[in-house]
Amino acid sequence: MDMNWIAIGNIADIPLRGARCVKTPQGKIAVFRTAENEVFAIEDHCPHKGGPLSQGIVHAKAVTCPLHNWVISLETGKALGADLGAVKTVPLRNEDGALFIALESLMMAAE
Amino acid sequence: MTEKLVIIGNGMAPGRMLEHLLEKAPGQYEVTIFNAEPRVNYDRIMLSPVLSGEKDYEQIIIHGDGWYIKHGITLYKGHRIIAIDRDARTVTSDHGVTESYDKLVIATGSVPFIIPVPGNNLPGVITYRDLDDVQAMLLAAQSREKAIVIGGGLLGLEAAAGLAGRGMDVTVLHVMPTLMDRQLDPAAGYLLQKELEGRGIKILCKANTKAIVGNGRVEGIELDDGRIIPATLVVMAVGIRPSVGLAKEAGLAVNRGIVVDHGMQTSDGSILALGECAEVGGMVYGLVAPLYEMARVAASHLAGERSAAFVHSDTPTKLKVTGIELFSLGDFADGDDREEIVLRDASAGVYKRLVLKDNRIIGTVLYGETADGAWFNDLKKKATDISQMRETLIFGQAYQGGAPLDPMAAVAALPDDAEICGCNGVCKGRIVSTITDKGLTSLDDVRAHTKASASCGSCTGLVEQLMTLTLGDSYNPAAVQPMCGCTDLGHDDVRRLIKAKGLKTIPAVMQELEWKTSCGCAKCRPALNYYLVCDWPDEYADDYQSRFINERVHANIQKDGTYSVVPRMWGGVTNAGELRAIADVVDKFEIPLVKVTGGQRIDLLGIEKEDLPAVWADLGKAGFISGQAYAKGLRTVKTCVGSDWCRFGTQDSTGLGIRIEKFMWGSWTPAKLKLAVSGCPRNCAEATCKDIGVICVDSGFEIHFAGAAGLDIKGTEVLGLVKTEDEALEHIVALTQMYREQARYLERIYKWAKRIGLEEIRRQIMGDEAKRKAFYGRFVFSQKFAQVDPWSERVSGKDKHEFRPMATIGYTQAAE
Repeated sequence: MDMNWIAIGNIADIPLRGARCVKTPQGKIAVFRTAENEVFAIEDHCPHKGGPLSQGIVHAKAVTCPLHNWVISLETGKALGADLGAVKTVPLRNEDGALFIALESLMMAAE
Repeated sequence: MTEKLVIIGNGMAPGRMLEHLLEKAPGQYEVTIFNAEPRVNYDRIMLSPVLSGEKDYEQIIIHGDGWYIKHGITLYKGHRIIAIDRDARTVTSDHGVTESYDKLVIATGSVPFIIPVPGNNLPGVITYRDLDDVQAMLLAAQSREKAIVIGGGLLGLEAAAGLAGRGMDVTVLHVMPTLMDRQLDPAAGYLLQKELEGRGIKILCKANTKAIVGNGRVEGIELDDGRIIPATLVVMAVGIRPSVGLAKEAGLAVNRGIVVDHGMQTSDGSILALGECAEVGGMVYGLVAPLYEMARVAASHLAGERSAAFVHSDTPTKLKVTGIELFSLGDFADGDDREEIVLRDASAGVYKRLVLKDNRIIGTVLYGETADGAWFNDLKKKATDISQMRETLIFGQAYQGGAPLDPMAAVAALPDDAEICGCNGVCKGRIVSTITDKGLTSLDDVRAHTKASASCGSCTGLVEQLMTLTLGDSYNPAAVQPMCGCTDLGHDDVRRLIKAKGLKTIPAVMQELEWKTSCGCAKCRPALNYYLVCDWPDEYADDYQSRFINERVHANIQKDGTYSVVPRMWGGVTNAGELRAIADVVDKFEIPLVKVTGGQRIDLLGIEKEDLPAVWADLGKAGFISGQAYAKGLRTVKTCVGSDWCRFGTQDSTGLGIRIEKFMWGSWTPAKLKLAVSGCPRNCAEATCKDIGVICVDSGFEIHFAGAAGLDIKGTEVLGLVKTEDEALEHIVALTQMYREQARYLERIYKWAKRIGLEEIRRQIMGDEAKRKAFYGRFVFSQKFAQVDPWSERVSGKDKHEFRPMATIGYTQAAE
């Protein structure tokens, strides 16, 4: 199935070791930029108590939730360390800094 | 006012007493010590390892010269006190120094007993008491000739083993039938004798010395039975006698030792005695544990705690001869009302004997294998009924079923469902099973997996005890806690190295201090960011990506992801215009809750993040700046109405509070900092549970600090009284700067103060004007860069990205 790639902006819009969020009909998506200039997109909703992950501190390829310090992997969406849980990851394409996310699931949901 | 404390003697007991005293009542006394030995306080117990060559003198020093200087103690080395004048309250040394005292401590120790036989003063006859004796023995040992040790007790055998190890041909003469007869029963004494003989030491028991013979110096010893044993060195180690001559001449009550009560008080109310020279409850002591107990008691009394009392307890004996395992405790004489349990293993050279009375251990002798000594000691001390484990008792603790009986018995006895961590609702069984199942070894691991002690931390002690119970000796809570998993360094080391190495960025810190992760974590990054902001205010570029969200967006995140906003109301004072502006903002942004805080501010809750800059813009127009209610920094200065309005007010507390807040706002601190100023001791601003508080009085301003009214409840400590508002401000600012520079990130002022000592803080802030002014100066400098209102900056467009979504995707777009 073809992915529905939607432009969300440029990598420069996100601070290094930071995040921005993208509002969608199904809720917020957090887009992260690591110190190594990699970009990841995951649901902006901590599996623990729904904290906004986009507001957390970004370190290596992980983010620490601002509410209760769960650490979530940006690559897998899974909680790291002792905690158990996961958020959905969102496909993301980086074309020379132009960022696109795929909203296949959203599209299906909307149909 | 400081009193004068003079101490005669500088051995281990007075040394320990001073340590306690400096902790309990720092600054109460001006201390002078006279030491007959020309040196500092060293560990006499370790003389035998020095003799045997396992240690050298430098390794056994307890307090080096620096310690005396640091604590302002005057130490006269090589000064023997020759007279105490109790009427004039002075002491005089043999070098003619006279010192007056308010309190005198006599700690003259003991002198070795010299047996009264002819020739006992010949050159070559020495005792075994101090470092000079050890040096004389080492010198004599170079000859590799024959040595005799008179006395087969603890000290004599250690001397004999040391000299034999140094190559001398050693004979031990002992009057009793078996060695160490006061500590060992005959069976163990026999095993010990065999062991020592195996090392080439000759042992003669029931040997009575008749005379020491020699022409001009020692040539040998003549025994009662006529035998003559040749030797060039004779070491007398037959016991010690309390050194009481000085006390006797001064007219103090003296029996075997200087008579003291259970508070170490002599018959003169101004004079205490402790150590080997003191006699308490009819007993004199020579082992270190009771002497240290005396030190604790004496220090308490000097500090004004009259209730401390010395309690006798048996002390285990151990022989410090490498390779010989020996443990002895309590009473092990035979008796009709006593039973004993004995274990012998001839091939392994093991002998164990427990003496029981009424199913309780009263004495223990262990030879060859002593690992269970502490356990038997504990059973004896607690008078535990051992009838249930009698069959297996002698085999030791490892053979007993059930939880081990140790000082943590209370924690051990808790049922599995007992709640340990109230914050996270974690029970004992869960913690223990998680430690075991997951093989956890550190407190951080336990916090990560169970969440116990991961919130307020007040149960940390309990959790650590559970870890010790579960893991045994492999858990060492005393080790420095690393800042986080990214480094092995603790906070204090990191702070020190940031200054010492001039590290001015987070990557520089991580590189130079060998961080184990590339980018740190959510624990270390905010801490490092604070340390750098504090240490290099003009040079360091604040890293907002290393700040927690609240400090990054200058509002407090709530559980639903909205924010709360608290405008600054200086000293808790507001007016109609400000209130109107707040009311308008509440209407305009449909703010769901308006709440008055404990710090005399108004909190607006439930604001969407995107609305924050607009809310701040409207508030800013009315003159509000950020109340920094989200910051690890200066929060609020709470005040009462003071002398302007209140009929009891002594000073303008409102004015002072506002002045302090205007001076200090914007400063970052290790943890949040809340202040209050009360206009009179009725204390309506509740200043005595704040991080820093002021109580105004007629004569000035009493400055308080280190209070707490959160997870812990703690009244403040008094820093001191100053006369003017200017002084009050200077002292408060200097104290804050000292805290900023020294505390660990997230450590509140009361925890920091407890860690480094209240008296040290008073000394630096109240007592040292140059230090205080330097702290003050550094705070003022730092404020040049800190006092920028973060709200107006953001209204002007700073960090725009923080408050806007990157993109908004509508239904149509998503569905296309």
